[in-house]
Amino acid sequence: MLEIQGLTKRFGGLTAVNDVSTCVEKGKVNAIIGPNGAGKTTFFNLIGGVHLPSAGRILLNGEDVTRCRADDMALRGVARTFQSTTLFDLSTVLDNLIVGHRLRTRSGLWDAVTGSRRLRDEEALCRAKARAALDFVGLSHLERRLAADITQEERKRVAFALAIATDAQLVLLDEPAGGVNPEETVGLALLIRKMVRSGITVCLIEHKMDMIMQLADKIMVLNYGEKIAEGTPDEIRTNPAVIDAYLGSEHAEA
Amino acid sequence: MNARTGWGLLLLLGLAFPLLTDNDYHLTVMSSASIFALATLGLNLITGYTGQFNLAHAGFMAIGAYTVGILTVDHQWPFWAAFCLSGLVPVVLGLPIGLLSLRLKGHFFAIFTMCVGYILFLGIEKWESLTHGAVGIIGIPVPEALPTPFGDVSFDSPRALYYLVLGFLTLGLWVMHRIVGSLLGRTFVAIRNGDDLAESLGINLMRNKLLAFLLSVFYAGTAGGLYAGFVRFLSPDLAGVERTFDMTMYMLIGGAGTLLGPLLGALGVPWLAQYLQFLQDYRFIVFGPLLIVLVIFLPDGIVGWVRGQWLRRRASQPASVVAQEPDQQSTSVGLKGERHA
Amino acid sequence: MDMFLQQILNGLTLGSVYCLVALGLTLVYGILQVPNFAHGAFYMAGAFVAFQLMSALGWNYWLAMLAAAASVAALAALAGRWVFHPLRKSSGLHPMIAAIGLLLFLEASAQAIWGADFRRMPTPYTGMVEVAGIGIGQQRVLLVAGAFVLMAALQLFLKRTVVGATIVALAQDREGAALMGIDTHRVAMLTFAISGALAAAAAVLYAPINLVYPAMGSLVITKAFAIIVIGGMGSVPGAIAGGLIIGFAESFGAFYVSSDAKDLIAFVLLVVILSVRPQGLFTRGVL
Repeated sequence: MLEIQGLTKRFGGLTAVNDVSTCVEKGKVNAIIGPNGAGKTTFFNLIGGVHLPSAGRILLNGEDVTRCRADDMALRGVARTFQSTTLFDLSTVLDNLIVGHRLRTRSGLWDAVTGSRRLRDEEALCRAKARAALDFVGLSHLERRLAADITQEERKRVAFALAIATDAQLVLLDEPAGGVNPEETVGLALLIRKMVRSGITVCLIEHKMDMIMQLADKIMVLNYGEKIAEGTPDEIRTNPAVIDAYLGSEHAEA
Repeated sequence: MNARTGWGLLLLLGLAFPLLTDNDYHLTVMSSASIFALATLGLNLITGYTGQFNLAHAGFMAIGAYTVGILTVDHQWPFWAAFCLSGLVPVVLGLPIGLLSLRLKGHFFAIFTMCVGYILFLGIEKWESLTHGAVGIIGIPVPEALPTPFGDVSFDSPRALYYLVLGFLTLGLWVMHRIVGSLLGRTFVAIRNGDDLAESLGINLMRNKLLAFLLSVFYAGTAGGLYAGFVRFLSPDLAGVERTFDMTMYMLIGGAGTLLGPLLGALGVPWLAQYLQFLQDYRFIVFGPLLIVLVIFLPDGIVGWVRGQWLRRRASQPASVVAQEPDQQSTSVGLKGERHA
Repeated sequence: MDMFLQQILNGLTLGSVYCLVALGLTLVYGILQVPNFAHGAFYMAGAFVAFQLMSALGWNYWLAMLAAAASVAALAALAGRWVFHPLRKSSGLHPMIAAIGLLLFLEASAQAIWGADFRRMPTPYTGMVEVAGIGIGQQRVLLVAGAFVLMAALQLFLKRTVVGATIVALAQDREGAALMGIDTHRVAMLTFAISGALAAAAAVLYAPINLVYPAMGSLVITKAFAIIVIGGMGSVPGAIAGGLIIGFAESFGAFYVSSDAKDLIAFVLLVVILSVRPQGLFTRGVL
């Protein structure tokens, strides 16, 4: 679904991502792993439209989206979560999610001031989408809770819900299980599986090896900005280059 | 009590105010406060809701005021004709400024606008042939009488001026209420939460920030035009950064990112300052530390804090009770009165 | 030719003041990532403390300057502790607003104590000195010399002492520094103190040429911000370069273009540069 060809990103003298080519496969859980500083988040930023690549191409369902900015990518169905999600703390969880579907609406200033039919309909739609997304991630009971009052794991789920509310076809998850205990990690992994079953393609960055090995259909390993291996969890687990660079060290968390 | 009732009550109070006091001076204070309340609403939109700290806000208010001043005094325009431009001229000026400045994030935007504010202030002070410089513009005419079905309404009394200003404030509040309660308002809040996150939700940062910015300076300019017709004398100080700080304080005390907050702040604080009359020129000896304490201990302002408490209490109520109530809008105080699917 | 040289010297004078003020500002930004809008009030406080000591207590100019620098250093450290430290976790508006609250408080206090009028600061250096065939006020020479001495001292401090190195470390990577056991809090307070001392010194050096009044900091500080943004936030060489650039630009602009417009020059330059290069002229961050 997402084809990446020779992607490179240079920041001044530093090459953060170097000639990486891969494919994010539709309907699968695609994982990107690698030691700290390997360029994983930069890679995400490139495909998400936050950075402009120095070289290479990105094709989404055959269409060249290399130069698309993040909001454009979102419109094309590529949603993204961040390592920390800032919510409007003074508002309810549901309220925070309503803006998730905003990109698919067309109401503007005129609609707002006149209270037009379109605005009311679109607000209802966004609200419905928000509810559905919240329900999907299993947090309907938190609908009226203040965003400031939810736990870290719940925050992660809300971040997923936001991405889902955009009606995305591909969701990029940046360390979805960061700061979450092992039990909760399993829960999040199940949620990710559920997302894929419902038709969303997932690509994630994670450090928790147990989770990745169990969850991922396909893994790509980055080191120093370069792709050093790619394949199924079994293949990666036994790949000498990977073990060398990464798994051998006391890096594995969960 | 729900929001509709609340706002209605406020409006009633506002309408009744001149009847509750014999003192013209009180009317003057309230009118002036209302004018700045209107401007503060604008600041609240770009800063409170969209998270961009525009330190040049007072400069735009001054531009609106000077538009009226220059056109009426130097070019003999009738007041209302000039007033029609008081909101538009700042928007026209705001467009290139916004395009330049809104590319900057966070602190840089604040610093840049601080400098823009200074440029505006210095410009007004030095461009004597246009603005009369430091001497200021005097003798702005009273707004002409407007024809109504009930006969001409003239504005040469404090009471009439008060109602005029109240009318504009009410209108401004109503429009702002519509804006912040809509999907557009939520877009602004998303931007405040974080540029990156907002962009990843498909929000075009530049377009939306610019919209908020232009709306905010429209409010500022209109308030400036009212100021010109009310005070009838202008000096470059109106563009000074201190005025923006005043409005920032009103916004914060009440609660940035709410509607009621800045309104109460803008109306209430000048009264406080009145009672502490001796403080007038030195008001910041009190208000300075107050701002600091506020920002450390009550960052959401009074109204924001109250709303937080209220929402918390509501969150812990059993679902059946809550299900009776129509859905909430996050960006205005209280209920909307409509049920959504 | 004479006039040209005169403008060079003027530019140097102005630039020196701006450099000192901008240096303190950029150091604090490098450490805290917050623009200290109250910095201009430190500048002003320095001038007033010295003024009071000299006129009311008859202190010697240099002693007064020392005392001013010391007291503003203390003031700045206190500000760091009570205003900025509690807000170190908040981002966005709140630290900026707190800084503004502090600024207004200090300005209003100064006005309450000394009134809003302009005061003359007495100085023993009222004579003239010949430099390259031009007569130039002694005070100006003092200013430039003093500024360069202070800047050299600062550089030495940052590069050659352990404490200085910790400031640099903190500016480069706050979390990393904390992990290495550096007391980020104390270092931040020290940086504030240094910034305050620099601002006070600048004020006392410049005040005899200019005047002393409560609002004297506001124009200077706004220009200082323009300078550090142009030069790159947190960059010491950037602050120095920026200060000199603006100093010269204002001096030449005032003489050859229009003296009314000279105050605008810094801001116009800022607008132009930021429009073309939003991150400033020098790469940001590293001291």
